[in-house]
Amino acid sequence: VLYATRPLHTTQQCLAPVPPLPEKGGEVRYGLIPEELFQFLYPKTGVTGPYMLGTGLLLYLLSKEIYVINHETVAGACVIGVLIYGIKKYGADVAAFADKLSEEKIARALAVKNESIKALETAIEQEKKEQWRVDGRGYLFDAKRNNVAMMLETNYRERLLTVYNEVKKRLDYQVAMQNLKRQKEQDHMIQWVEKNVVQSITPQQQKDSIAKCILDLKALSKSAQAAV
Amino acid sequence: GPLSGRLLMDVRLGELPAWLSTCDFSPQGLLGGVQKAWSSYYDKYINVKRGGPAGISMLLAGYCLLSYGWNYQHISKISFLVSL
Repeated sequence: VLYATRPLHTTQQCLAPVPPLPEKGGEVRYGLIPEELFQFLYPKTGVTGPYMLGTGLLLYLLSKEIYVINHETVAGACVIGVLIYGIKKYGADVAAFADKLSEEKIARALAVKNESIKALETAIEQEKKEQWRVDGRGYLFDAKRNNVAMMLETNYRERLLTVYNEVKKRLDYQVAMQNLKRQKEQDHMIQWVEKNVVQSITPQQQKDSIAKCILDLKALSKSAQAAV
Repeated sequence: GPLSGRLLMDVRLGELPAWLSTCDFSPQGLLGGVQKAWSSYYDKYINVKRGGPAGISMLLAGYCLLSYGWNYQHISKISFLVSL
């Protein structure tokens, strides 16, 4: 359905398409006298009528000196003779040349028309292809959705890892603190015990312990000598 | 059909004066008539795909006759004829 603002091609007179030119012109005999005269005179005088008319007319003109014979007559006769000779000899060639020119013009116009038709057809095909491509937008959106889901998942896992790491760091810190504290307490206690023990060893005790050690050593050496 | 709408070839001899009276002899009418005559001649003999010598040869012949008619007075003078 064609929507137009005004009615198209409703009147008789239509400029396009232009009707084609007629192939041949009106029939003309001897290049000068149209056939209509012969047809007009045929019913009354038959075939020779117009020729008799022409001859009679010519004789009348000559005899009454309506047509005077002078230098121009000779010149005219020569010109007409040359013209007829030229037309008879080169007429066909000139006609072929003119036909070729016209043919080329028509071919150019046709080529333009065909080019535009081809261009429009390719445009139509491409348009159809685009329409077919549009149908694939479902796949496109699925792929995009998958991408987005993957990105979200990745981000979530990254953050999870961060959280885990941070918590682990804090717990490690607490553990390290506790270990350090215990170790410090141990060291301190050991030191303190050693210090006290060393302090509690008085010189009298030292002498007594040394004497006891010597006695023990002697006893041991005796038992060792006996064993050997 | 009506007398005024017919072309000259279709008018009978007895109706010729009546037909002439219906003709339009004002300048625009004459101009229109000349234009119509030329366009009908042009479309019949010249504006065809494969014309021949007929189209312009009839025009040239008509021109020859017309110029002969215009110069007849001068051509038929005895002084002109003797000087050749």
